[in-house]
Amino acid sequence: MQPFTTLTSTALPLRTENVDTDQIIPARYLTAVTQEGMGDGLFSWWRYARDGSPNPDFVLNQPQYRGSKILVAGRNFGIGSSREHAVWALTQYGFRAVISPAFADIFYNNSLKNGLLPIRMPEETVGRLLDLVEEVPRTSICIDLPTQSVTLPDLNDDTVRNLEGPWSFDIDPFRKQCLLRGLDDLGYLLDKEERISAFEAAASY
Amino acid sequence: MGKTLFEKIWDAHVIAQDEGAPAVLYIDAHLVHEVTSPQAFATLRERGLPVRRPDRTFATMDHAIPTRIGAVELDWPDDAATQVRTLRQNCADFDVPLFDIEGDIQGIVHVIGPELGVTQPGMTIVCGDSHTSTHGAFGALAFGIGTSEVGHVLATQCLMQKQAKTFAINVDGALGHGVTAKDIILAVIAKNGAGGGVGYVFEYRGEAIRALDMASRMTICNMSIEGGARAGLIAPDETTFEYIKGRTYAPKGDAWDRAVAHWRTLKSDEDAVFDRELTLDASALEPMVTYGTNPGQGVPVTRQVPRASDLDDPAERRSLQNALEYMGLTEGQPIEGQHVDIVFIGSCTNSRIEDLRAAAAIARGRRVANHVEALVVPGSKAVKAQAEAEGLDRVFSEAGFEWRGAGCSMCLAMNDDKAGEGKYVASTSNRNFMGRQGPGSRSLLMSPIMAAAAAVNGCVTDVREIL
Repeated sequence: MQPFTTLTSTALPLRTENVDTDQIIPARYLTAVTQEGMGDGLFSWWRYARDGSPNPDFVLNQPQYRGSKILVAGRNFGIGSSREHAVWALTQYGFRAVISPAFADIFYNNSLKNGLLPIRMPEETVGRLLDLVEEVPRTSICIDLPTQSVTLPDLNDDTVRNLEGPWSFDIDPFRKQCLLRGLDDLGYLLDKEERISAFEAAASY
Repeated sequence: MGKTLFEKIWDAHVIAQDEGAPAVLYIDAHLVHEVTSPQAFATLRERGLPVRRPDRTFATMDHAIPTRIGAVELDWPDDAATQVRTLRQNCADFDVPLFDIEGDIQGIVHVIGPELGVTQPGMTIVCGDSHTSTHGAFGALAFGIGTSEVGHVLATQCLMQKQAKTFAINVDGALGHGVTAKDIILAVIAKNGAGGGVGYVFEYRGEAIRALDMASRMTICNMSIEGGARAGLIAPDETTFEYIKGRTYAPKGDAWDRAVAHWRTLKSDEDAVFDRELTLDASALEPMVTYGTNPGQGVPVTRQVPRASDLDDPAERRSLQNALEYMGLTEGQPIEGQHVDIVFIGSCTNSRIEDLRAAAAIARGRRVANHVEALVVPGSKAVKAQAEAEGLDRVFSEAGFEWRGAGCSMCLAMNDDKAGEGKYVASTSNRNFMGRQGPGSRSLLMSPIMAAAAAVNGCVTDVREIL
């Protein structure tokens, strides 16, 4: 897994609630037997017209947001299917973090296992971030995982700084360490072999 | 203080809990299908690991396969055929039992697990599919996982998990005629929201739940994920034991008696405290229909599509407006009478024999409206065979429904069953997301009898009028 420490990037505003994993990656991209090629399918219904040409109205196709590594979205991001393909699509496209007031549980877990940092922030704050990046697309957002903070480094004016962060976010301390060090769960679980065998023996499994 | 059912199952499966780390949870049964497993098996190969417990792993094919009767594998789309071949190879290489489409036992993973008796009370069950919550109907802690986690379970039979909070959904009273389990769960989600259960495990309780058969209980638990909860539970009782008894993987002889004695302890203690509770009166429920693009956007069939001006929350308003624009519906219109083009009876939510019997009772002696294309897709080969033995296939065919083979079919449109652009689908499945049933498709979720009634009348119909 690619480690995550700090990230400074512009952000893509997706002012939509309940973005489900079918929107993030439609089922027809799920026929692959590898992880590759998911980035092209990201937000496919919204991103492409029916003839396959890019839809200029969708934010992902707007030049001012090109190269953004942070996605800011409405509440309940990632609801629906357990497909990890949704996370692979986001990371392969280039996203490293998603900010939303609330995430679906399975999507949240899948993100953490792929070096994509899901950040929960209050609805009001996310609303202000959306306003800001819609109004000033060049706004940089800095995410610092060690200190669990989000800041806007471009905004030097003290008044604005008072209004706009820094914000702190919560993350499970174990998951934080895994992200910082790029570790997955498998090594940890394999180390529990003795406990697993003992449990199986005791429960006559 | 007593324990909830969830806490009892959880505690019995935690094998390690290091300071500052999530719990290590042992998994009793792992269900595998062709779509979310290939990359997990690839991880095992890369690391040179075997499947730790092939005897606790069960594979089938359901998502990508065509369901047309007589569809021969040679004519399948290449990608579906590749996924199926990959699953066969993986199961052969790792000694995992596979219920292949070529054999007698096959179907939607959440239909065949219970059918085979793999699903039992008190178990932990996972699958790379969010509708694994279905198995909670038996008092098993069952939830969907991502492909990384599929790899973890294949390799270690364990998962790292944080303990969820508990949420009691009490459904008191008795359901009215023509009101079903599907209407209960759609009403719960409409009330609590599509994200209302995030971080929780639901436990469905109360008189109305106790009165349900296992198929209905599975319908309810199946859609827990649509309410945001990763899992839903119903305490096992005589109905549960009666269903499991004699099935292939069910305990036999003395082991059966011991199992039932243990299963009887699997209920929330009288003094157990839930983190949240919600209470519904079953007798006040009506058949439900969704009008929007998430399963929380549903109304009783006698009501109107909500108006944005009725909603206080700007995000909810925006969500409603986007949904109605996509769905081509107007604020305040009655949902009854809404035109439908396609009717889909199937999916892990509603494709069991009980669902098909109920739908067939509506179809019997009637005709599908001329402009409607209707299909019935049984959840498994066993359901299909049983339905055919009862003559339900003929009832459906004579009424103008197309009778199919077992699979996920038009629930997720990753096979060749897709609804066309702009088409309205009266569907017994679980998700009405944009494009879920085909590019530009518009899903109206409802119960099997409501879907059958919509097929006959060509529009959303209050099934109680023709019962």
